[in-house]
Amino acid sequence: MSKYVIIGNSAGAIGCVEGIRSIDNDGEITLIASEPHHTYSRPLISYLLYGKTDEQRMKYRSDSFYKDNKVRKMLGKTVVSIDNNAKKVVLSDGKEVSYEKLMVATGSVPFVPPMDGLDKVKKRFSFMTLDDAHKLEKAITPQSKVLIVGAGLIGLKCAEGINDKVESITVVDLADRILPSILDNEGSVVVRKHIESKGIKFYLGNSVKTFDKGKATLVSGAEIDFDILVLAVGVRPCVSLIKDIGGKVNRGIITDEKCRTSLENIYAAGDCTESYDVSSNKNKVMALLPNAYMQGETAGINMAGGNAVYDNAIPMNAIGFFGLHIITAGTYEGDSYVSTGNGNYKKLFYKSNRLKGYIMIGDVKRAGIYTSLIKKRTPLSSIDFDLIKEKPQLMAFSKKVRKEFLAK
Amino acid sequence: MAIDFLYPEYEVVRDKDKCIGCRVCERQCSNEVHSYDEDLDCMVSENANCVCCHRCVALCPTRALKIVKTNHTFKENANWKGEHISEIYRQAGTGGVLLSSMGNPKDYPIYWDKMLINASQVTNPSIDPLREPMETRVFLGSKPEKVEFNSKGEIKNNLTPQLKLDIPIMFSAMSYGSISYNAHESLARAAEELGTYYNTGEGGLHKDFYKYGSHTIVQVASGRFGVHKDYLNAGAAIEIKMGQGAKPGIGGHLPGIKVGDDISKTRMIPEGSDAISPAPHHDIYSIEDLRQLVYSLKEASDYKKPVIVKIAAVHNVAAIASGIARGGADIIAIDGYRGGTGAAPTRIRDNVGIPIELALASVDQRLREEGIRNKVSIVVGGSIRSSADIVKAIALGADAVYIGTSALLALGCHLCRSCQQGKCNWGIATQREDLVRRLNPDIGYKRLVNLLTAWNHEIKEIMGGMGINSIESLRGNRLMLRGIGLTEKELLILGIKHAGE
Amino acid sequence: MKRIYVDEKWCLGCHLCEYNCAFANSGKDNMAKALKNVKINPRIQIEEKDGISFAVSCRHCEEPLCVKGCITGALSVVDGVIQIDREKCVGCYTCVLSCPYGAIMPSDDGVVQKCELCLKNSHGKPACVEGCPNRAIIYEEKE
Repeated sequence: MSKYVIIGNSAGAIGCVEGIRSIDNDGEITLIASEPHHTYSRPLISYLLYGKTDEQRMKYRSDSFYKDNKVRKMLGKTVVSIDNNAKKVVLSDGKEVSYEKLMVATGSVPFVPPMDGLDKVKKRFSFMTLDDAHKLEKAITPQSKVLIVGAGLIGLKCAEGINDKVESITVVDLADRILPSILDNEGSVVVRKHIESKGIKFYLGNSVKTFDKGKATLVSGAEIDFDILVLAVGVRPCVSLIKDIGGKVNRGIITDEKCRTSLENIYAAGDCTESYDVSSNKNKVMALLPNAYMQGETAGINMAGGNAVYDNAIPMNAIGFFGLHIITAGTYEGDSYVSTGNGNYKKLFYKSNRLKGYIMIGDVKRAGIYTSLIKKRTPLSSIDFDLIKEKPQLMAFSKKVRKEFLAK
Repeated sequence: MAIDFLYPEYEVVRDKDKCIGCRVCERQCSNEVHSYDEDLDCMVSENANCVCCHRCVALCPTRALKIVKTNHTFKENANWKGEHISEIYRQAGTGGVLLSSMGNPKDYPIYWDKMLINASQVTNPSIDPLREPMETRVFLGSKPEKVEFNSKGEIKNNLTPQLKLDIPIMFSAMSYGSISYNAHESLARAAEELGTYYNTGEGGLHKDFYKYGSHTIVQVASGRFGVHKDYLNAGAAIEIKMGQGAKPGIGGHLPGIKVGDDISKTRMIPEGSDAISPAPHHDIYSIEDLRQLVYSLKEASDYKKPVIVKIAAVHNVAAIASGIARGGADIIAIDGYRGGTGAAPTRIRDNVGIPIELALASVDQRLREEGIRNKVSIVVGGSIRSSADIVKAIALGADAVYIGTSALLALGCHLCRSCQQGKCNWGIATQREDLVRRLNPDIGYKRLVNLLTAWNHEIKEIMGGMGINSIESLRGNRLMLRGIGLTEKELLILGIKHAGE
Repeated sequence: MKRIYVDEKWCLGCHLCEYNCAFANSGKDNMAKALKNVKINPRIQIEEKDGISFAVSCRHCEEPLCVKGCITGALSVVDGVIQIDREKCVGCYTCVLSCPYGAIMPSDDGVVQKCELCLKNSHGKPACVEGCPNRAIIYEEKE
């Protein structure tokens, strides 16, 4: 009977459990995670504060998941090192757990840049985990003036989540636009205006020079009164377990299409990894829940002796702020096609007969048809590109392909 | 002009409480009766365009629609009825011949409904078709005079080619052109499954349907469209069309607009050209000429296929049939004046020809009297509406029947009698691609099979009741029929006694 | 497993499937009551252009990208049928981003909706199939 050890308890780890169990019903699975909670969906913490979900509903899998899948869980335990020669992991309390196949799904941690006076700020939070969300929720009051550093996905989701519960929110980002990792300038303006209309203030192309008690002074000289600080500048993949034993690591742990690390019998999935982005033909950290799950599942199948590859990952995001939906995917390079109207914004990027990426804001219906074009690298000459530019539709495919899609 | 205004014959009644504005009626009406009015925010109807085909009624998901005959009226007049007046206005306005389609709808006597069928009581016990064998298989074709033996005393096969029917019902001639590809496919597939035959009509045989050849009757009509050697040999029998019940004495006309690529190829005529079938065959002016064509076709098909001669039921039908039998035909098909058509001049359709019941009785009687009944089989068509009509036809002397209208009804036809417009909402009498698509042959063929299977059950049931266990025993068994409300003369022609006798 | 298959050859573009879908999922017992003055948002949707039309609804993929990508676990496969737990869904639209057929769509109340083969509504079997007048949508076991 095989022995599997999984480090982590989020999408990559759960995908791994389900991948293993799709092949091997009996192998012993041990799941070790620092957080004490039942598996939950981290992206939902903002929805939790927003009131769109609760702790029960934000569980990523049902209460009986571990039991149903015969998983021995060791929650609230932290793995401090891997002994890949002896094939065991060592926990912070000194205990050891041996493995035959190991999954490292350690995720990422918030990255805090050095900022002058930061240690003077008492109510300082990050926004990654359920505990972070609880701490923040306890700290805020209707009189709170919140300063969020970082206008990326985490910072803005946090802003949305607490906007109704605090007096004011100010967001500062070094970049000249919000959501710089997923939006272009024009798209960014559309979303920013929408968020601003909810009372949130932005200072962009700017950063905090110093923190004083209850006050932040920006590089531009502007001063912001605040009592609660949320740091959402960025995250760092947790790669040390692999790096420490000589596994190949770049920004993230390097994995192949079978989700193997460079070390024998060790696999990795999720935000701690780097994988191949088929839209840009580059290795990237693609910290997205769907990718994490699919990497985990792929690894799980391979760990259990099956044969799976995950070779069509691309960056992609579905996110919304105050009812305005945004879906983006791929890489923004090549020629572009833009359409706007009715408060919507859409931009397609294409190059060398392939759709490379897209941004849709507002009307996001059927976006997956675009996603699929990117993932499958469908030659645009094989479809009616003018038609599909208008809106995502299967009509743009040939009759034969439509038959494949719908009649088989 | 004001005097040409005719109040619409039908009115669309829309239950506004039920109408959900889904616009299915609008999308489904090729006559553009329904539309959505934005200002009124509701569906509205252009009654003048309605042909009463019920497509919208049948597809309306909330059953919000019905079609009623208008009660708008001319001043009542038993002689000058509304239709006479309207038709005069139409002709005075246009100078044109009035066109109609499907069969004669006038209130002439329907003899099927004036004949009753016998049943056994006490003596000659009835038969339960669910427990005992019951034969509905028939063979059509000339039957030999006598059994012959060779010098060794073995039976000589002196039988000419026969058509084997598992049920005594065939689909009558309807050309590809008058009806759609999908209608043809439905008929062909049903004929194959049922062990019977469909008939190409005068439009040739589409290349896709050669595979159903063993269940196909290929027709040779006055226009000779699509006739070539392979065609003649593709089917199980060849039918010479001399006449058609809906329009005896005149030819046919498929407007060029319906002659698209496929039909042009099948008919072997240029795309877009009118397909005109002359009134007579220009090579047939006598029974002798007909005989020549019969034998030419037999020659071309190596004497392997029975030849059918189809005529319309007209005044001297018995004498004509006798001539046809003597002319070498294996099967005579007689089409009564109720028979359908894709288009006919109204006056011809409604006033020319005679009822099939009378024609059948007199032909069968005449051939018997002349001692040549065995030389030919008789197939009758022209408004066979039910299994009871079939049983009566067989008792009057028919070997089998042709059904056309009934088959189209099974396919969805609602007898709106607007075939000539080419906009059939049920995908039958049209060549418009979007409309043809409405008849899915997977559904259509199954409905035909269902109908004929049901009728065959009923035929067995009725025969069993009479204590008869095969079509052979029923054929010409006029004692099984009694007339009701008929005159002496009618009874005499039908060769039956009156009820109570 | 029984699935819905669409044959565009027979699709008439009548849109009855959309209305039957909307009705079946309305929870009401009368179509007029359910859909009168309602702008329907069905789970099956017709695409049409130049005389071609066809219905698109969830294909219940064997390797469902929507389920694998779902951030809440609201989408799951139960006996081959991809189902949505409306209580768990937060309307992030990751499934909209993932579905290659564009068959998952926002519902009127923000969370997503998709074809569940009418197995969860009172109809019990796909209403679109039942109501299709030309068998352009069929529900059957293939292979």
